[in-house]
Amino acid sequence: MGMTITEKILAKHSSKSLVEPGQIIECEVGIVLGNDITAPIAINEFEKLDVKDVFDRDKIVLVPDHFTPNKDIKSAQQVRQIREFARKYNIKHFYETGRAGIEHAFLPEQGIVTAGDCVVGADSHTCAYGALGAFSTGVGSTDMAGTMITGKTWFKVPHSMKFIYYGKLNKWVYGKDLILYTIGKIGVEGARYRAMEFTGEVISSLPMEQRLTMCNMAIEAGAKSGIIEPDKITEEYLKNRSKRKPIFYFSDKDSKYVEQVEIDTSKIEPQVSFPHLPENAKKVSEASGIEIDQVFIGSCTNGWLSDLRIAAEILKGRKISPNVRCIVIPSTPEIYKQALKEGLIEIFINADAVFSTPTCGPCLGGHMGILAEGERAVSTSNRNFVGRMGHPESEVYLASPAVAAASAITGRITSPEEVL
Amino acid sequence: MVLRGKCWKFGDNIDTDVIIPARYLNTTNPNELALHVMEDADKEFVKKASKGDIIIGGNNFGCGSSREHAPIAIKGFGIACVIAKSFARIFFRNAINIGLPIIESSEFVDESDEGDEMEIITDEGIIKNISKQKEYKVREFPQFLQEIIDNGGLMNWIRKVKL
Ligand code: SF4
Repeated sequence: MGMTITEKILAKHSSKSLVEPGQIIECEVGIVLGNDITAPIAINEFEKLDVKDVFDRDKIVLVPDHFTPNKDIKSAQQVRQIREFARKYNIKHFYETGRAGIEHAFLPEQGIVTAGDCVVGADSHTCAYGALGAFSTGVGSTDMAGTMITGKTWFKVPHSMKFIYYGKLNKWVYGKDLILYTIGKIGVEGARYRAMEFTGEVISSLPMEQRLTMCNMAIEAGAKSGIIEPDKITEEYLKNRSKRKPIFYFSDKDSKYVEQVEIDTSKIEPQVSFPHLPENAKKVSEASGIEIDQVFIGSCTNGWLSDLRIAAEILKGRKISPNVRCIVIPSTPEIYKQALKEGLIEIFINADAVFSTPTCGPCLGGHMGILAEGERAVSTSNRNFVGRMGHPESEVYLASPAVAAASAITGRITSPEEVL
Repeated sequence: MVLRGKCWKFGDNIDTDVIIPARYLNTTNPNELALHVMEDADKEFVKKASKGDIIIGGNNFGCGSSREHAPIAIKGFGIACVIAKSFARIFFRNAINIGLPIIESSEFVDESDEGDEMEIITDEGIIKNISKQKEYKVREFPQFLQEIIDNGGLMNWIRKVKL
């Protein structure tokens, strides 16, 4: 019987010739990741065990990105703990504020993760790297600690679920809309414990940044991982970037999927997910007219250069509604620099937006734009749970950078078509 | 071990942001986290609930972020056990890893109400709803997970088995 790309990567990293869904296996991990919220607990657990060293100082990645530049004393203490740990064990991949980007944009961009890898990260959106053709999944801090010691962790091999996207892609429809639509179709637990494999002609021509957006949100359907078979686009992206040699795996023709979902993308309009679950996806036309107080363009989902370019295209020569605060945050310092070079930052500032250094910030209601009671935001991030961006009685509508930028101009949820 | 307590019932998709909102994640201290457990799902929860009580959830309990602060806050408050129809996978792993007892049982969740008195006999895998005089047999964990649970969590298991 054939294996899916996910099963093949797991088999390889557990030194088996065959694995099957449901089987519990122990895998060698290529990269283990933590951030300023999750790594401190992992370090506490690590230290309880009184071990002399980490399993491999080159395979641990520590990225303070959530509450950085540190918003208060307690979060500064947390980063200090990570910094001291990194120094003590000579961790190669520790990145200070100013050099660090949001982890799930930063790791692919810097070539720290690559095709064929088995990655665990103490952050749920670690599933993003599936876009590179890696098996990659989120775990908690104790799992991170265990992996830092042993270099291994256990997995239950997930069932794979195949998504086939066909048809043409409408104007103003992006990877973000495809994934919101998909989660809307299957629900927030529609892929629980499973691997979502995104395929089809639409995916084959989807640029890497949008693939990363899609895999990033696999967790919002409850999935263990999201994955896309590597191809020319993957190869091109990894070239001169990947620090290790990529290994390409492909699903066998006769591999088994527990479910197959076919999606005709020509029927998909720009999407907006209503509060308080990502599955509440609707067409932007059904949302138009909803008044908003804030727009956030950024996060590990949509703070890519291509996202900023789209937002800038819409905001160029226009002004943000006087009733709206618009916050734009590039995901990494590289994106920041490129945005500067291309004149995007000037466009944002001229439109009256805030432009910040890379940070998760508002995405998780951390800092840099918290919502007050009763306020409403359009956000390009991945979650709109109760209280996600601030007061428990605030509301978050998820959308693409195009819809977010258009909405910033009118002060209500708006299709880009309407302003251009 | 026998756990006894009153149950507090929540719905489907209880996410880690409502279990412990991000605004409190600048600490890892279980006691501090416990002061805000379930705050955005029920503001009064910490005032109403007591140590030893049980949380009941619907489908996909603990979905969302990987923050271990969620099960830590629940355990830190002294909640004896979480029983849900199903758990989101990272929450599930985290709970096992830190030794927070969790049980999956749709039947139990459907037939229990907030305020019911419960008894859980962990060694026998039995839950009793004392208020409703009903008894449920709990599905066993795979052997490998049971080994981690029996050792009191992942780090103790690593200490014993791996080092
Ligand atoms: S940007 Fe948001 S979702 Fe992404 S890692 Fe940061 S807090 Fe998590």
